[in-house]
Amino acid sequence: MKHTLLTLAQERILLLDGAMGTMIQALKFDENDYRGERFADWHCDVKGNNDLLVLTQPEAIATIHKEYLAAGSDIIETNTFNATTIAMADYDMQDVAYEINVAAARIAKAACAEYSTPEKPRFVAGVLGPTNRTASISPDVNDPGKRNVTFNELVDAYESATKGLLEGGADLIMLETIFDTLNAKAAAFAVENVFAELGQSVPVLVSGTITDASGRTLSGQTTEAFYNSMRHIQPIAFGLNCALGPDALRAYVAELSNVCEGLVSAHPNAGLPNEFGEYDMDAVEMAQHIEEWASSGLVNIVGGCCGSTPEHIATMAKVVADKAPRIIPDLPVKMRLSGLEPFTH
Amino acid sequence: MQSASSFINIGERTNVTGSAVFKRLILNEEYEAALDVARQQVENGAQIIDINMDEAMLDSKAAMVRFLNLIASEPDISRVPIMIDSSKWEVIEAGLQCVQGKAVVNSISLKEGPEPFLHQARLLKRYGAATVVMAFDEVGQADTIDRKFEICKRSYDLLVNEVGFPPEDIIFDPNIFAVATGIEEHNNYAVDFIEATRMIRTQLPHAHVSGGLSNISFSFRGNNPVREAMHSVFLYHAIKAGMDMAIVNAGQLEVYDEIPQELRDAVEDVILNRHPEATDRLLELAPKYQGDGKAAKVEDLAWRDYPVNKRLEHALVKGITEYIIEDTEAARLAAEKPLHVIEGPLMDGMNVVGDLFGEGKMFLPQVVKSARVMKQAVAYLQPFIEAEKDGTTKSNGKIVMATVKGDVHDIGKNIVGVVLQCNNFEVIDLGVMVPCDKILQVAREENADMIGLSGLITPSLDEMVYVAKEMQRTGMDLPLLIGGATTSKAHTAVKIDEHYQHPTVYVSNASRAVGVCQQLLNKDTRAVFAEKLAKEYDTVRLQHARKKPRTAPVTLAQARDNKFTCDWAQAEIIPPRKLGVTEVSADIATLRQYIDWTPFFMTWSLAGKYPRILQDEIVGEEATQLFADANTMLDRLEQQGGLECKGVFGLFKANSVDERIVIENEAGEDCIAHHLRQQTQKPKGFNYCLADYIAPKDSRRTDYVGAFAVTGGIGEDELAKAYEQQGDDYNSIMVKAIADRLAEAFAEYLHQQVRVDYWGYAPDESLDNNALIREQYQGIRPAPGYAACPEHTEKQLIWDLLQVEERIGMQLTSSYAMWPGASVSGWYFAHPEARYFAVAQIQADQAQAYADAKGWTERELEQWLAPNL
Repeated sequence: MKHTLLTLAQERILLLDGAMGTMIQALKFDENDYRGERFADWHCDVKGNNDLLVLTQPEAIATIHKEYLAAGSDIIETNTFNATTIAMADYDMQDVAYEINVAAARIAKAACAEYSTPEKPRFVAGVLGPTNRTASISPDVNDPGKRNVTFNELVDAYESATKGLLEGGADLIMLETIFDTLNAKAAAFAVENVFAELGQSVPVLVSGTITDASGRTLSGQTTEAFYNSMRHIQPIAFGLNCALGPDALRAYVAELSNVCEGLVSAHPNAGLPNEFGEYDMDAVEMAQHIEEWASSGLVNIVGGCCGSTPEHIATMAKVVADKAPRIIPDLPVKMRLSGLEPFTH
Repeated sequence: MQSASSFINIGERTNVTGSAVFKRLILNEEYEAALDVARQQVENGAQIIDINMDEAMLDSKAAMVRFLNLIASEPDISRVPIMIDSSKWEVIEAGLQCVQGKAVVNSISLKEGPEPFLHQARLLKRYGAATVVMAFDEVGQADTIDRKFEICKRSYDLLVNEVGFPPEDIIFDPNIFAVATGIEEHNNYAVDFIEATRMIRTQLPHAHVSGGLSNISFSFRGNNPVREAMHSVFLYHAIKAGMDMAIVNAGQLEVYDEIPQELRDAVEDVILNRHPEATDRLLELAPKYQGDGKAAKVEDLAWRDYPVNKRLEHALVKGITEYIIEDTEAARLAAEKPLHVIEGPLMDGMNVVGDLFGEGKMFLPQVVKSARVMKQAVAYLQPFIEAEKDGTTKSNGKIVMATVKGDVHDIGKNIVGVVLQCNNFEVIDLGVMVPCDKILQVAREENADMIGLSGLITPSLDEMVYVAKEMQRTGMDLPLLIGGATTSKAHTAVKIDEHYQHPTVYVSNASRAVGVCQQLLNKDTRAVFAEKLAKEYDTVRLQHARKKPRTAPVTLAQARDNKFTCDWAQAEIIPPRKLGVTEVSADIATLRQYIDWTPFFMTWSLAGKYPRILQDEIVGEEATQLFADANTMLDRLEQQGGLECKGVFGLFKANSVDERIVIENEAGEDCIAHHLRQQTQKPKGFNYCLADYIAPKDSRRTDYVGAFAVTGGIGEDELAKAYEQQGDDYNSIMVKAIADRLAEAFAEYLHQQVRVDYWGYAPDESLDNNALIREQYQGIRPAPGYAACPEHTEKQLIWDLLQVEERIGMQLTSSYAMWPGASVSGWYFAHPEARYFAVAQIQADQAQAYADAKGWTERELEQWLAPNL
């Protein structure tokens, strides 16, 4: 798998898919749609639990996957952003998390099978989201040492999710929208545990989120510091996604492109949400940015995050079709440590 | 091969085994001061800080976790990598679970044999840490060059070949031992280290060499100048041999060239073991330099000389609590009232923090730290504020906060919560996915002063609107705060504020929240604030209204090219069974079957669909009572009269010309109905205009259009007034609400009669009231003044066609409102594909054409088309 993906990535720029949440939102499902038959009597509201839809509205999710595949996505992401026991606890659905991961991977895998050809194989990236808790930020100002989740709790949650994704047939594992690196380190730790336990591994993709103008993750790390923190799992690709539109994200993708020893991925939002929570950047404008990144040799894998649609991906696919992928730089061997800032020696 | 510039110094002071001061602080749990030790290390240039909690009196693991978690909140410290230093593996592992950066572990070794060594190395790789490897094996610590290198080589091979550990993440510590101890075997220890270092660096690719520097000078405890000279000289030579890191006191490194020649020579002889008497010579020389220590390095305290307000600002921005009490006291003495210190310099400081945060110059942990400083200052002032409470000082308020239903994001909300708490607001945090009724219920029960809503995903915006409506409906008057990533001033002003008549405030970030809350809760400032806010929102709304539509406008000609049409030659046009004007009346007994009750409950500010609303958990009881009262009223009206329902409709020959419908009235004259066409780009649909549902003149087909006017309110004013005079406001409102429903029911009823009977284009239609309400029938009855035909003056044509006033007494006011209030008028379109739509924004070309056709002045154009321009 790793070999196939790397070979392909040498030939051309690969495409991820676009937003899942945006597409689901457009379906305007109501509480009953979310519940489906199985959870009709669930004791709390589940509307907004998008991951649950792989169980209650599998056709809808499959259709979204297929729209992205038809648009040209080489890699599609499972609908499992919140499918950890930790995030699912908000709906008291921690016990369903595993099943969601399995089902989500299966749905994605089946969709890929329909579109996969020897010339253009399609891959399922099993998504491990950030959870809604932060392992390195205190929830209580009077006690900055306090934490509302521990590393080990995260590892347990991520191990279960990873196993589910692999059981469902995920070809890759993707840690994405990382805003607290310690959460991601726990995820990476869990993934490696599972690989060791199963005696097999799949390539891992890592994608962080720069949250604001400071150019840092929510937990305060710069792009390179974040890279140094996650480099140990030797991800096949390392990237940035979400939070910013391509215009604001470019500087950090460029920074990453300079330091990353693997493939570089980027799936920005379709601009920033406007005052009404809608993403304004249309497919053409977004593709212009991506085209420029490709021409500048910054990226190997591109796609879209919040607000992007199959149209965005299809347009992107056109503009990168004849662009050479980024060449992985030959960087000197150094010890790459980090705090909030990188320290390379 | 190695230059000093690429040498890494690792701060050693945060080590309970090496620093008595730090040990005391940790044992006494004086963590803030302990953090200052770490901060000083970084300020003094430590590039990594070593943290060691190995002390028998301490729960080392708990102390390590606590201190690392605290450091994570101190960006001044946590910007550098951490070295987790312990001889206990469980402490190391616990530490690794607390750091987001890539850390270094100090240390592992072959002391217990290869098994545990490999196990630990595998885990370190999984945690993503570099590691120090001690030159230590089953036999003991390596002391000679050969032993040092041999153990390091064995460790290296196991790590790189067995574990796949990255060689660049291996740091060897080939043991620095004390020299000049008087024991001859020790004399060569420095040389052994330096030479082993040279071998490691040349033969074990990418690996690094480090060591604990202070060991070397252990014999000269108490004589810092000599110790520092020894450190400098040792480093000078070890670095040349390839040592590239060391654990040092970063503030106390003498520069090699600045060591007095005499001392330097003596030290060099000892370090390099250049002759047998070296130790004795240094011992002789040492007392001469005793006590000649340099002045202790002091932290940069220049800011302490600033004026007090600036000092407070500095402390807030930097998150320094050390002097905050002292400075707050100074500010209090200078202020007229203690409260003014909070409202003045402290809030100013927090605003600076807010601005820096907004500009990306500060980030989250720093802001939270600032909040902490604020809290201490406020806590200090609190007793003074209490002491002089005289009714003019306000108490800080209580706020209920929640992430709205359907949303699970709460980080931002938690931050606002802590910042408010710091300012002595009582925060009741209901968590995430909180349903509206719970928020309002708690706010009432807790007698809260404010409600704060947060949300990150876009559907939360609608939920916030709903909460605002509910607050209005349930008669609350608390200020409503809106925050979260997708919220905005524009959305708050345009979509939320209008539903709630009390202050609805968009709060852009946590540090602004305090100022907003304080102004809202102070009786004196609230009105001013609300007024200012209202003005601000007006501006925002105005700007928003002026914004270009997101879909591009098209010209009138382009819109016409994309009009709805059908095959008019083949279209089935059913002529009305009865052309001309017909007067109708209906009794209440008939009409009440056609009532759509849902809007009735809305009139009474009860939200929910009928009939479900009668069982609603919250409003069900009230709704049921209301429903019963309404039916009692209907019974009474039915039996005793007092309210009359009258109507008139007409069916006419008609053809369309562009946006106009040419209607032949009863007298055989042509009258013109003017309509408007949608004028934004419709890639997937038509640019609708009502006229398109009527066969165009050039189709040479005769088509038909209807018009109607009905009222349920003849007598309503009198009845209402009578109740009012009896002091029965409830029934006064009730009768009007019922008249309204009867008018709507009449319109529904009459439309059905027209479809089935008078016009008869759907003679076989059989729909129950529910289906009628859901408009599951053929044809539409758009009303002038509403979305599809928004221009009100067109009602005049209906009045003229039907002679409404003469026949049934309904009137139009000067602004084309209908009287009685409980009235409905509109057009009938029978086209099977006719549907409702909103004209929305039109362009100047169409507006002008419309005005010309109606013979309007420019002023009239602006007056009547304003909502669509």
